[in-house]
Amino acid sequence: MSTTTTDAPDRVQPEDEGLAQAFRDYVQRLRGGQLGSLPAALGLIVLVLFFTALQGSTFFSAFNLANLLSQGAMIIVLAMGLVFVLLLGEIDLSAGYAAGTCAAVLGVGLTQKGWSLPLSLAACIVTGVVIGVVIGLLVARLGAPSFVVTLSMFLALQGLMLLIIGSGGTIPIDDTTILAIQNNNLSPLGGWILFVIVIVGYALVTGLRMQRRRAGGLTAEAPSVWLFKVVSIGVLYGLATFFLNQERSRNPELTSIKGVPYIVPIILVLLVVLSFILGRTAFGRHVYAVGGNAEAARRAGISVRGVKIACFIACSTMAAVAGILFASRDNSISPSTGGSTTLLYAVAAAVIGGTSLFGGVGKVSDAVIGGLVVAVIANGLPLITQEAGIQFIVTGGVLLVAATVDALSRKRAVAS
Amino acid sequence: MSMSSGPTPAPSTAGDPPPLLSLRNIDKSFGAVHVLRSVDLDVYAGQVTALVGDNGAGKSTLIKGVAGIYSFDSGDYLFEGQPVVVHDPKAANALGIEVVYQDLALCDNLDVVHNMFLGREEKRGITLDEDDMESRARKTLDGLSVRTLKSVRQKVSSLSGGQRQTVAIARAVLWNSKLVILDEPTAALGVAQTEQVLNLVRRLADNGLGVILISHNMNDVMQVADNIAALYLGQMAAQVKAKDVSHGQIVELITSGRSGDLGLHPQQTGASA
Ligand SMILES: Nc1ncnc2c1ncn2[C@@H]1O[C@H](COP(=O)(O)OP(=O)(O)O)[C@@H](O)[C@H]1O
Ligand SMILES: [Mg+2]
Repeated sequence: MSTTTTDAPDRVQPEDEGLAQAFRDYVQRLRGGQLGSLPAALGLIVLVLFFTALQGSTFFSAFNLANLLSQGAMIIVLAMGLVFVLLLGEIDLSAGYAAGTCAAVLGVGLTQKGWSLPLSLAACIVTGVVIGVVIGLLVARLGAPSFVVTLSMFLALQGLMLLIIGSGGTIPIDDTTILAIQNNNLSPLGGWILFVIVIVGYALVTGLRMQRRRAGGLTAEAPSVWLFKVVSIGVLYGLATFFLNQERSRNPELTSIKGVPYIVPIILVLLVVLSFILGRTAFGRHVYAVGGNAEAARRAGISVRGVKIACFIACSTMAAVAGILFASRDNSISPSTGGSTTLLYAVAAAVIGGTSLFGGVGKVSDAVIGGLVVAVIANGLPLITQEAGIQFIVTGGVLLVAATVDALSRKRAVAS
Repeated sequence: MSMSSGPTPAPSTAGDPPPLLSLRNIDKSFGAVHVLRSVDLDVYAGQVTALVGDNGAGKSTLIKGVAGIYSFDSGDYLFEGQPVVVHDPKAANALGIEVVYQDLALCDNLDVVHNMFLGREEKRGITLDEDDMESRARKTLDGLSVRTLKSVRQKVSSLSGGQRQTVAIARAVLWNSKLVILDEPTAALGVAQTEQVLNLVRRLADNGLGVILISHNMNDVMQVADNIAALYLGQMAAQVKAKDVSHGQIVELITSGRSGDLGLHPQQTGASA
């Protein structure tokens, strides 16, 4: 009955190679130096286990998890903007003080000028855009190295911020909407509704794409791989939602604090929008092209200058958003807002997450994973040691590891 | 110009259809350096025209002028019989002229499809139409009988030299191009990969495209070229049919600008004309 087995189809429909094949492909990519977010994701798990083992109840509590998210939010948002600049192989050292300057504009608008909230927010964002335009023009038009241009901006913005804040020293923020961003939570039901929207949305978008591509005979993910991703993201996010929905008030009779912080949907929206821009639009494709081979991009008719200016604008605009988060978390704006380790942590977050300092490689999601790693370290270490020196050294060490991984994987990719 | 009685190009093209590309009396200087002197060139559809010449003869400058990267100082540029003005690469692309540069100009961090459509992405609304781009890339590669690429979703960084060259060539023919110019496509390749790329070059011409192949390698030239144009110190020494000349004659044209009664007159081979 099985004498004729020669019906090899002309057009081989990509069949379900399944998880095993996906795993082999993944290992193949890792060998080729395309590490992506893997080291950061593993590092995050190890760090959480480590701090839980040493400082169980203090570190791994709903209270601390929410606190960690709000601490990490500014870093994550700044890093999201930095990804655009890093993808070009450029740097923006001024992003921290850009956040501070934009926050100062917001604060002065709300208090001294008595502007409405929308007007103050608009002024804050416009300030970010203007800073980005200035940096972008200097880098793209004059061809000055971004390191030097943004180092000067780092100093100049610090000065500008002092001038805006004025002699008072700090600007208190008492606008309830601004304060709510970093301090209020979704209701437990709201948290679960968000969960359903995110997971169903993710499953639908990726699932439908997979179906369409398989039907068209194009390369597509295997259904089992798709299911694996949906389920694992669902389980992790579900656990986090459940955890954050627990009572975490020190004094539940007085005030109840529970629910997913507002900052979570805010970061998710930024993640989706920016990932869409980088991954699904021609502009995003051109960002990767300029970062990978600027001369090739130029010859392909891409406006390299335009792409550069746009990326610096994206970075400074995200810094303005981070400035709003600072204002909300600190209830005030001072000359040190956005200073100190802010920028270095944000660059570290992007690089730890898998964005290459050499340009051309990286994703917006890197900023989230890397930002969480940085936040876990910054949050967990003080529970173990009060020695600030040790905290700096450990964070520096982690960044060094990430930069080394970046350099080594680049070497591998070149060699292969 | 003093060279109005210069060498007559392509002496044996009688009976051929009119050329796809014709250059006449092309001059180009960079400051005081006179790089191209009254150069003539004819390229025919369905034929491989090899452009040969020593280092610094002006080959790259000539094709960069055709591609719109430089403008010629003077001379006529005719495409499909019409005089055209090509001042930038977009204008050349619009005519159907594509160049595969010596350094390939690929982005290592992007995959094969992304590279083939770089700068000319297919869109649906504001999003990239990845499905359409992938199937068109696949179709083009199949049309060129390329079987060496495992997946069009591979990053270019993971490809071999020959595969990269293949991607760069496939990108050039994706756009219903009429003339494909290749600058030293085999210079960095091993024997087997050179063979693959030369076969591909031959198939382009067999599919009806005009092809200009710049090469240093006489074996490559003799293997695939229908027509050979030899530049000597910025002058066109001769444009001849490949079957009418020997390996040795080509080498003489390259090294001294003349071979027997082919090539430049003795007084023209000096540095000043
Ligand atoms: N942009 C330029 N500026 C000045 N001189 C140039 C430039 N490009 C090429 N040349 C000169 O023109 C001559 C021909 O160069 P080229 O066209 O690259 O030769 P080939 O490709 O045949 O080796 C060389 O002498 C080179 O130095
Ligand atoms: Mg050359």
